[in-house]
Amino acid sequence: MTDNVHTGNIHTGSIPDERPPSNTVGPVAWLRNNLFNTWYNALLTILIAWLLFKAIPPLLDWLIFSANSFGTPPQVCRQEGGACWTFVSEKLRFVMFGTFPYDEQWRPLVTIVIIIALVLASCDRRFWKPWLALVWIAGLTAVGVLMWGGVLGLTYVENTLWGGLPLTLMLSVVGLSVAFPASVLLALGRRSQLPAIRVISVTYIELIRGVPLISLLFMASVMFPLFLPTGVNFDKLLRAQIAFIMFAAAYMAEAIRGGLQAIPKGQYEAADALGLNYWQAMGKIILPQALAISIPPLVNTFISFFKDTSLVIIIGLYDLLGTAKAALSDPAWRGFYREAYLFIGVIYWVFCYSMSKYSQKLERDLRRGHRR
Amino acid sequence: MTMAQTAGAARTFPQGEPIIQCQGVHKWYGEFHVLKNIDLSVAKGERIVICGPSGSGKSTMIRCLNRLEEHQKGSIIVDGIELTGNLKNIELVRREVGMVFQHFNLFPHLTVLENCTLAPIWVRKKPKAEAEEMAMRYLKRVRIAEQAHKYPGQLSGGQQQRVAIARSLCMSPKVMLFDEPTSALDPEMVKEVLDVMIGLAEDGMTMLCVTHEMGFAKSVADRVIFMDRGEIVEQNTPNEFFNHPQSDRTKLFLSQILNH
Repeated sequence: MTDNVHTGNIHTGSIPDERPPSNTVGPVAWLRNNLFNTWYNALLTILIAWLLFKAIPPLLDWLIFSANSFGTPPQVCRQEGGACWTFVSEKLRFVMFGTFPYDEQWRPLVTIVIIIALVLASCDRRFWKPWLALVWIAGLTAVGVLMWGGVLGLTYVENTLWGGLPLTLMLSVVGLSVAFPASVLLALGRRSQLPAIRVISVTYIELIRGVPLISLLFMASVMFPLFLPTGVNFDKLLRAQIAFIMFAAAYMAEAIRGGLQAIPKGQYEAADALGLNYWQAMGKIILPQALAISIPPLVNTFISFFKDTSLVIIIGLYDLLGTAKAALSDPAWRGFYREAYLFIGVIYWVFCYSMSKYSQKLERDLRRGHRR
Repeated sequence: MTMAQTAGAARTFPQGEPIIQCQGVHKWYGEFHVLKNIDLSVAKGERIVICGPSGSGKSTMIRCLNRLEEHQKGSIIVDGIELTGNLKNIELVRREVGMVFQHFNLFPHLTVLENCTLAPIWVRKKPKAEAEEMAMRYLKRVRIAEQAHKYPGQLSGGQQQRVAIARSLCMSPKVMLFDEPTSALDPEMVKEVLDVMIGLAEDGMTMLCVTHEMGFAKSVADRVIFMDRGEIVEQNTPNEFFNHPQSDRTKLFLSQILNH
């Protein structure tokens, strides 16, 4: 612009800022960069737009516009077409609480609230203190009292009557919180200097990981009692819970081992050189770093096990998916499977998506500051 | 032989009460003989620089002194405790022997202050307040106190190495081992770390440094040890070592590092 922009090699900074060319900013440029930047992307964009146009209106129509509101009897629903949300309102309590005695269903409801509150409290890193374990023990005791009853004037409810969301939450939350420390020990065991411990850990992990969860559940429910002396009866729910814990521990151990392997040798050496013993070095130096690295695969396992609790249906326990299926077997409501599966699908999704979101936040928090 | 050479060769180390005694130490990595018949005695307050070509076993040797590496033959006695497979004894030795690594090895998930207080709190069982007070004193000494609440990843290499030195000092060690402490640093940061090490030497700390900083060796070492192919080839006062090297291998090594 002006003659004195450059004085020798010294830039005086007198070129005024200009706006970028108009074809590189704004919505048109965005469209061109993201949707139509090559001919095949343009083709894909058009194809996808057409598919969405075909799929979304009928879906919305079924979900909302032609849907029958709460209270429409099933006969009317069948004639009208469209979603029949009466199914959800009518069967809500059965799907959520299963065969728990109807008048006592406030108890599983409180159970759900307690478990969710415990999990939410544990999400806050400020609460990661030893007393949190006590809170958990107290919370789970309360859950046990509420569900079984038999004390404090609560009627006794056999656990074969439990079902729905509390069962899903208990199997997964109790299962994962017991499996997690077990998996840490297994992962450390697999990398132990002591051959016996290493062999036991490797054998356990490879054995459990090598069979399908479903077969482990079958074994727990059918084969395990064969090994017990007659007269001794192990609770079916407890057996399923143990099978879950064993399976989840093996999987998570491998996720954590991945994290352990990513820790540089220098960290172990620095911990050793300072005179820390094995458990101090692991607890203070190695595991905090290894677990932070293992968050994505761990959460992957958490999410998949939360959903896999639905497999308990094969040994006759009615979790959320099981109660939804059972609700569909009511002759009056047969055939409304889309509504049923959509409803529980949304419930599962809310839980899994929250886990995913929280893990992303945790990863960000833990990475802050200590980037290498 | 000249008089100087004879005088140098005849000189015996150490002159005080020994804190480290190695006798006939051998080590193998599989078939490879890394350390061959190492005899070394270190007196309290002695400052030793160990040099030699890469692969000569100098790092391995000092890593044997706190048993980060295991020796297979001979004996190593540190602060009156023999290093064997006994884990309790190893831990006892390690609390008295500080180590500074080439790559700092600070704990990236802890702040600078936490890096320094961790071992005093958990190994020495010091109250937290006391450990923090001591950590701040040492961080001041390495001139980095104002960074106490940062994470290691936010510091430069030279600053990280100074924190690593402070972290070791917080255990009040009787001996400090330095394993090429300046080799991973950008050239402009070498001096700040060496200055801290010189300060330590002046305060009478027993030090063994594996380093290529010959200026440091000349100015602070009581003794320079030259290693090659797993053996201690020659050891002498810096003056004798640099001015009147005895063996051809030492002469060759010195000509390679000093003439460029």
